[in-house]
Amino acid sequence: MKTECAIPKFDFDVITLGHGSGGLLTHRLLQSGVFDILKNDWLDQQHDGASFSLTGNVAFSTDSYVVSPVFFPGGNIGDLAVNGTVNDLAMCGACAKYLSLAFILEEGLRMEEFGEILVSIKEAAAKANIHIVTGDTKVVEKGKGDKIFINTSGIGLIHSSANIHHNNIAPGDKIIISGKLATHGIAIMSLRKGLSFDTSVKSDTAALHFTVMKLLDQFGSDIKFLRDPTRGGLASVLNEVCGLTRLGYELNQADLPIDIQVEGACEMLGLDPLYIANEGLFVAIVKKETANNFLAELRKDENGFDASMIGEVTTDHPGKVILKSTIGGKRVVNYLPGEQLPRIC
Amino acid sequence: MKYLSEYRDAEQARLYFNEIRRVTTKPWTLMEICGGQTHSLVRNGILDLLPKYITMVHGPGCPVCVTSVSVIDEAIYLAQQDNVILCSFGDMLRVPGSGKSLLEIKVKGADVRILYSPLEAVQIARENPGKEVVFFAVGFETTAPANALSVIQAHKLGINNYSILASHVTVPPAMEALLSDKENKIDAFLAAGHVCTIMGTEEYYPIAAKYKVPVVVTGFEPLDLLQGILMTILQLEKGEYKVENQYARSVLREGNKPAKDSIQEVFTITDRTWRGIGLISSSGYEVNDNYKKYNARVKFSLAMPFAEENNDCISGDIMKGLKKPLQCPNFGGRCKPEHPVGAPMVSSEGACAAYYHYSGAVELNPTI
Repeated sequence: MKTECAIPKFDFDVITLGHGSGGLLTHRLLQSGVFDILKNDWLDQQHDGASFSLTGNVAFSTDSYVVSPVFFPGGNIGDLAVNGTVNDLAMCGACAKYLSLAFILEEGLRMEEFGEILVSIKEAAAKANIHIVTGDTKVVEKGKGDKIFINTSGIGLIHSSANIHHNNIAPGDKIIISGKLATHGIAIMSLRKGLSFDTSVKSDTAALHFTVMKLLDQFGSDIKFLRDPTRGGLASVLNEVCGLTRLGYELNQADLPIDIQVEGACEMLGLDPLYIANEGLFVAIVKKETANNFLAELRKDENGFDASMIGEVTTDHPGKVILKSTIGGKRVVNYLPGEQLPRIC
Repeated sequence: MKYLSEYRDAEQARLYFNEIRRVTTKPWTLMEICGGQTHSLVRNGILDLLPKYITMVHGPGCPVCVTSVSVIDEAIYLAQQDNVILCSFGDMLRVPGSGKSLLEIKVKGADVRILYSPLEAVQIARENPGKEVVFFAVGFETTAPANALSVIQAHKLGINNYSILASHVTVPPAMEALLSDKENKIDAFLAAGHVCTIMGTEEYYPIAAKYKVPVVVTGFEPLDLLQGILMTILQLEKGEYKVENQYARSVLREGNKPAKDSIQEVFTITDRTWRGIGLISSSGYEVNDNYKKYNARVKFSLAMPFAEENNDCISGDIMKGLKKPLQCPNFGGRCKPEHPVGAPMVSSEGACAAYYHYSGAVELNPTI
């Protein structure tokens, strides 16, 4: 479902401290901006919080979004903030229903940009079929933020067949990735000051809950573990689960799906795609016998065309993630210490 | 990405490993010069798949690793000046000077910016006429042309608030220093493909002849390295010591003339202290007198005291090929990438960091 929504006209050009004062400017910003664009039954009540009822097991998650630059190929901080929390819930086996939305705006943010972000939020929420039911807006002095920070928290209903827990992971289970690695991180990096390079790579930001629910309908508890490899990338997710289970995790480099342009950019910048952030992507650890069918189903989904079986869980090398290189050598894949820094040559 | 996949082919790699095994009759010690080669050897698991009697030692070709403590102190001093924007390649930021690192002073408010190209620093100077912009120009012959170009460009544009802190080092004098060391164990070199792309191969003929060592100019992909190793061993087994070029798709005997011209235009040869190795005469580039107003040392009248290195780091022995990172008592304990004792643990091209990130799988490898 795609909604078309015009960017609203505001009677002021930029956010000022007054917009966070709670006074008249705040009122006007909310009335002519936030509420107007995002309006629904809950927000229209203009209460301090939202009331609703849910039946069943519930998952609850929160995340903050500080991406820079806030606009990037394939999206902006707005749809990222909706999709990100929807996906965190999906990784718990839950279908997101309600989201809260809190802004920290930096004085000087152009209203036009804020408007565009609000429209993206509305469209992402509509596409994901979730409701934004409560929120908050604060303004900080210029220099104390980076245009806009967003926090979203979400509640979702857990699928009745879901039993996602690292304790369920067993030797022989297969590791599957739902799409191409590192595209989001490279799309963002291509715009960073000092790194700018030409590429048509776009962020893969997308809500994954419908995809995950379909897979849970079919494969239920054979899906042992789900995680979205956002910050820290695939390597960090696998190291986390490796530490929790004390099993070994083996990846085949030849099976890692990476876009040609992304691979080229990583080579050029001296970055390892295993550590680069992804958005519309998830890692699944699936029962061995189910893995081929799971992969075939996932590849039929718009969020899984490029899915690949990339490795398996083993009793060898417990506590270590090992990558088998294309030429047959093996190496450890560790946590990244600090930030990946661009290399000299 | 044809140019990558065809140099990472598993079947070709297997053939090279078999051939290396077949032709080797004696133990040999080979040094790959460049940190990028070290990184690729470890990252692709090649070290563990080579016959045990071939020892690869990891040379001094990591610019981050060999930049002396004194020079890092100079950069830190400059970055702490109120009016200065210090621009640097990213992996210099974590290297400790005699006190802090650039990253630490950046966190405390110094204007330190990570760039990929010195030409962006010239642009920053243009956009900030009230500030002094200094580019921390480290690296081998590979990065020298772009750094020289930044000076030439600033000069052409009449930008007077730009300068570079040059700490360039050059490969051939370092090879000679290693070969002259009485503890030297190196039988042959894999020379650095990128450096030779700029400089060509001429400089290596006298070294091969004088020290009777094979020098094979080698690339960075797995098959490049395996072919380079095979070519080197074939020479050693026959008792030859020639200069050969494995990386012919990039390296010409005469090098890249425009790049060499820009180095010639801006720089002069100088003595340079290498971290872990010490002073090597005529082993670096400094901004020459014609362009001295772009030399940060002249512009800021730098006269930093000589800074002693941390004796707890055995990087010198590692870069000379006398020890392996795992033989260092601090490896993985006191010295980790998040709190490095010495530079080889910082840069992704440093031998210690490469071992730290990727090793530990030795016992898992099948024999091909």
